[in-house]
Amino acid sequence: MKDELAKLVDWIDAGGMSRRAFLGRASALGLAAALGSSLLPGQARAEEPKKGGVLKIGLGGGESTDALDPGLADGPVSFNVNRQWGDTIVNVSPSKEVEPRLAESFAPNDDSTVWTFKIRKGVKFHDGSEMTVDDVVATFKRHSDENAKSGAYGIMQGISDIKADGDNVVFTLSTGNADLPFLLADYHLVVQPKGGADNVNAGIGTGPYKVKSAEPGVRYVFEKNTDDWDTTRGHYDGVEFLVINDTTARTAALQSGQVHMINRVDPKVAKLLSRAPGVQVKSVAGPGHYVFIMHVDKAPFDNKDLRLALKYAINRQELVDKILDGYGSVGNDIPINKSYPYFDESLPQREFSIEKAAEHYKASGHDGSPIELIVADGAFPGAVDAAALFQATAKQAGIPLEIKRVPDDGYWSDVWNVKPFCASYWGGRPVQDQMYSTAYLSTADWNDTKFKNKEFDDLIVAARAETDEAKRKEIYSKVAHILWEEGGVICPMFNDFIDGVSDTVAGWLDDPNLDQMNGFASAKTWFA
Amino acid sequence: MAHPILKLVAQRVALGLLLLLAASVLIFIGTQILPGDVAQAILGQSATPETLANLRAELGLNEPVVSRYFSWLFGVLHGDLGTALSNGQPIAPALGARLANTLFLASCAAVIAVPLAVLLGLVSVRYRNRWPDKLISAVTLATISVPEFLLGYIVIFFLAVQYRLLPSLSTVYDGMTLGERLYAIGLPVIVLVLAVLGHMMRMTRAAILNVMQSAYVETAELKGLRPFTIIARHAFPNAIAPVVNVVMINLAYLVVGVVVVEVVFVYPGMGQYLVDHVSKRDVPVVQACGLVFAGVYIGLNLIADIVSILANPRLRHPK
Repeated sequence: MKDELAKLVDWIDAGGMSRRAFLGRASALGLAAALGSSLLPGQARAEEPKKGGVLKIGLGGGESTDALDPGLADGPVSFNVNRQWGDTIVNVSPSKEVEPRLAESFAPNDDSTVWTFKIRKGVKFHDGSEMTVDDVVATFKRHSDENAKSGAYGIMQGISDIKADGDNVVFTLSTGNADLPFLLADYHLVVQPKGGADNVNAGIGTGPYKVKSAEPGVRYVFEKNTDDWDTTRGHYDGVEFLVINDTTARTAALQSGQVHMINRVDPKVAKLLSRAPGVQVKSVAGPGHYVFIMHVDKAPFDNKDLRLALKYAINRQELVDKILDGYGSVGNDIPINKSYPYFDESLPQREFSIEKAAEHYKASGHDGSPIELIVADGAFPGAVDAAALFQATAKQAGIPLEIKRVPDDGYWSDVWNVKPFCASYWGGRPVQDQMYSTAYLSTADWNDTKFKNKEFDDLIVAARAETDEAKRKEIYSKVAHILWEEGGVICPMFNDFIDGVSDTVAGWLDDPNLDQMNGFASAKTWFA
Repeated sequence: MAHPILKLVAQRVALGLLLLLAASVLIFIGTQILPGDVAQAILGQSATPETLANLRAELGLNEPVVSRYFSWLFGVLHGDLGTALSNGQPIAPALGARLANTLFLASCAAVIAVPLAVLLGLVSVRYRNRWPDKLISAVTLATISVPEFLLGYIVIFFLAVQYRLLPSLSTVYDGMTLGERLYAIGLPVIVLVLAVLGHMMRMTRAAILNVMQSAYVETAELKGLRPFTIIARHAFPNAIAPVVNVVMINLAYLVVGVVVVEVVFVYPGMGQYLVDHVSKRDVPVVQACGLVFAGVYIGLNLIADIVSILANPRLRHPK
């Protein structure tokens, strides 16, 4: 227990835990009384970051087909690579506030249709040239271009004009959007010289580390940017990424000390790993969630009672316990959880109920033929097992689910968004508007439940421009209730980001936005 | 003597080239049967009908299948493997680096496995049906029966995590010295040796035992030679042909069949490179890899044939 306490104290010193969380954990150990306030570290030992060393990170989720073009980043490795060499103009902080990065400040007009971002001066790219407002404008224009195939293309759709105005970049929107800064924090939107017009794969940016060598799917080497505009970050002399897609190999690499950090720890081994010497497991609740999606425009899922029957027939807590091994939280059939601003606590948690499921199934008048659910393990880790658990509980309610297992290969092109009932995964978005606009608006390309509801659409658009916080929260509450009742999404669980970190690393801060401290692990930590 | 053999070799080489051509057609057909195409794979979730059409036109996917095959073949015959569709990089340098890594790992494993297997085979024959024979058989059969990834995890657990003798990651890259490279690939070499040892050792044992029934071996025994000398000097040379065939199959396997080992030890070889590009439907890269793999198989079999002929006086001096 003493070791446990020492570990807690270390966590606080590393900034990984608030004072309150410390007290909570300590009392869970039955230590609160014994501690006394003198022992409380509080903000004690305010540790100065130490400089030097080469940080090695083992990352899963990279392929030899990955490119350095930040617009094409679509996996954990390319996302983290972006973070090393590039900066966005703003960033979403761990507490979900927008913090200025390459933009010093920003402000909207009254109805949030025109946004002005003041761009920082004296920032140098890795090639020595000075970053200008024109570079920023060119960057955003490139990502707005359909031919650029940027992952941020969807985000840029609401922007009708981007122009330079002195030290400022001015965005004009077709409809007001109070969340624009959240959208512009997207990790694809890395500012490049001339927007990447010379060479989009050059890896030249303003980030804390310069690209020294890049072997996609194998290894990336970065060295410190000695000319960094932000002197509070980048404590290592260099950073090395090793792409380790095999979960067991990644875990072994951390345990054997070959890497200092890994991402995507398998929930099934996280508890075991946290007991291993010299290693800590960092888990943080994020917006990512696992779903079973039904096309509400196709039989039999066009029947609301059948959808409700399936929603009641899934045992969410069992899935969290068995598929995530407790590293997650139950979902509530909307893609939003408490990690989002304006989350509606008044929405009742849908409970697992065999009776209600059977009742709704009867009311649906379904003919009792097998309902096919298509799954692959690539949909989300443990999808096949989750479907089996779902099938078992549905059977108790008399609902004949039939699981069809397909290969991972081709799943996202041939099954997802094509077949009427399948398993899927969403990484979540920084704000509610973006999550709903991406996958639930009638007009969304990725509307993977084919959910089309006029009232819902109108509310989403109204919420976007609403600057009154209370009213905004109210609108999002209505939105959540509609989707909860009518939608085609069964959301059993939200998964945690689970990273593994060696004890030699200090300064870890939980960041609920994405794994590896939202990609800033190498920028903000240091060797103890 | 040289003439008939040269003719035979020439025939085999010509046949090999024909096989290679047939293999390239099969690979091409296979990649066409796969569901989805590279445009869909690249665009992924963000695919819309317009962007798909644009990209397909840009990548030349609208050409008829047959003309795409022949334009590819034309390029290859001129030494141009083309560029990868998924990231626009030329294929030859990337493939070359991966192939070099694969050959490095395979040859390190072979240098240990082949002599060891033959030696163990000879020892088994010498002590056949006694405890050394049984021990060797039991151990090699056990290691060949365990799936490679499990063998990999077992050696990682003991040699990398528990005792930290060898690294669990075998990533090799430019700028590493030979010593560093050899250290890095220690664990995968151990696993590969264990995986191929059994097959070759059993074949050596069986082939020699077969020869041991012959009259000339009896003569050698009656002459009073030491048992091991009889096996090594008289029996083994006559058992070379079947042994070489098995050795070559295993060498080919070390080059083309080790993707699981590459994944477990994070080794940047051809296997993982091929798998990544298959999942992206990157046909030119898959074609190039397939061609190399087919070439390795056909080449090694050719060598096996030639060695068998050279080792067999009856084939060497046809009547």
